[in-house]
Amino acid sequence: MAILEVRNLKKTFDHTNVLKDISFKMEEGEALSIIGSSGSGKTTLLRCLNWLETADEGQIIVRDKVLFDAADTSKKSDAQIRENRRHFGLVFQSFNLFPQYTALENVMLAPKLNAEDTRSVAEIEQNARELLDQMGLSNRMDNYPHQLSGGQQQRVAIARALALHPDILCFDEPTSALDPELTGEVLKVIRGLAEKNTTMIIVTHEMSFARDVSDKIIFMDDGYILEQGTPQEVIDNPKEERTRQFINGIKI
Amino acid sequence: MFWTVTLSLLKGFGETLALFSLTLIFSLPLGLLISLGSMRKSPIVRMPIRFIIWVVRGTPLMLQLLVIYYGPGIILHQNIWGMGSSGRFIAAVVAFVLNYACYFSEIYRGGIQSIPVGQYEAGQVLGLTRKQIFWNITLLQVIKRIIPPISNEIITLVKDTSLARVIAVYEIIWEGQAFIKSAGIIWPLFYTGAFYLIFSGLLTILFGYIEKRLSYFK
Repeated sequence: MAILEVRNLKKTFDHTNVLKDISFKMEEGEALSIIGSSGSGKTTLLRCLNWLETADEGQIIVRDKVLFDAADTSKKSDAQIRENRRHFGLVFQSFNLFPQYTALENVMLAPKLNAEDTRSVAEIEQNARELLDQMGLSNRMDNYPHQLSGGQQQRVAIARALALHPDILCFDEPTSALDPELTGEVLKVIRGLAEKNTTMIIVTHEMSFARDVSDKIIFMDDGYILEQGTPQEVIDNPKEERTRQFINGIKI
Repeated sequence: MFWTVTLSLLKGFGETLALFSLTLIFSLPLGLLISLGSMRKSPIVRMPIRFIIWVVRGTPLMLQLLVIYYGPGIILHQNIWGMGSSGRFIAAVVAFVLNYACYFSEIYRGGIQSIPVGQYEAGQVLGLTRKQIFWNITLLQVIKRIIPPISNEIITLVKDTSLARVIAVYEIIWEGQAFIKSAGIIWPLFYTGAFYLIFSGLLTILFGYIEKRLSYFK
């Protein structure tokens, strides 16, 4: 059973077709990387999966349950959308940590406010500490975001997303806002998650990283999936001329 | 003489303080309502509110005081403010509340719109409700951003209250000036300045403290 199936997703902004016809499947425990040039629709796809945008056409199916169907025009309640969102986590390019909370508080906030989370505050805190520890931030838990480096902030953001135990964790260019010497620490953490078979979708420009950690690569171009397959197939031996151009342009 | 002047100025300053406090109590929340209205998508709500803000901010407060106090009596032939000094005081409060609410609304709007959209989106993807996002994420960030302009406006209000004398609200400067006629002395006017300086000094310390308390995050 596929953990996620996306069928014929289409999205238009002001007469620009950003997603033209996106369909793919992924299995539980897989790491899927989406590559492609800027403007190819990668970020919009992630935003549709997280209900930050609503696709115009298509379906999003998680564990055989249709969570989104553009053909179903009945108005969805906010509670329903929040329920759907719980299947996904999203790590932003620009971290978006809450500045008035410490690293630990950032990770604890959503579980504490979630009415369906039956754990005690002590348990939530315990879990948050473990996650931050896993991110290599055990000595940074009580720091505020502005006291942390970009790489540390992004690792807090990853812990914050993991605290809600999403089925599928999405990364939107997680290292693009970082200085080159800080990308390594974030990629290392994501690599660690891949080794633990966390189901992930990673939009990235880090080609060698994508090749190393991904079970599957999708190459997007101009709103379409032009090619998908294993890293060996897509990155090392691309079939399409456009994919070859892109990969040679990026240089591994 | 000093005690006579002091007592008289204290009485005037009581009036000044009352006008100041009532203006804040009503205009701070009213400003929030106006700012929410001015950010509505629907032009039916937004445009009239933006128009009112434009008129109120674009004309002198002194003119507004005169129109609000004398307008109803002359146009409707009815004194809606009541007789005597209490009627004039109520009219002054109404004019000040309307004027300051419009200024505050623009400060609120700036503060709310300056919160990066990523903060809302981060709250949304974490499954928080709109209310939770407002109370737990954006509110404190907005407050931190608007404290400096709000404190500026509030210190201006301390001094603006003196305008109420144009409709004969006997605030502190009116009381001080009375001694020029009655006793031929000017120093009570300087004395009123001391009241303003001390009061705005206290407010400056208060807002400095609040700013400092909120400086733990950026």
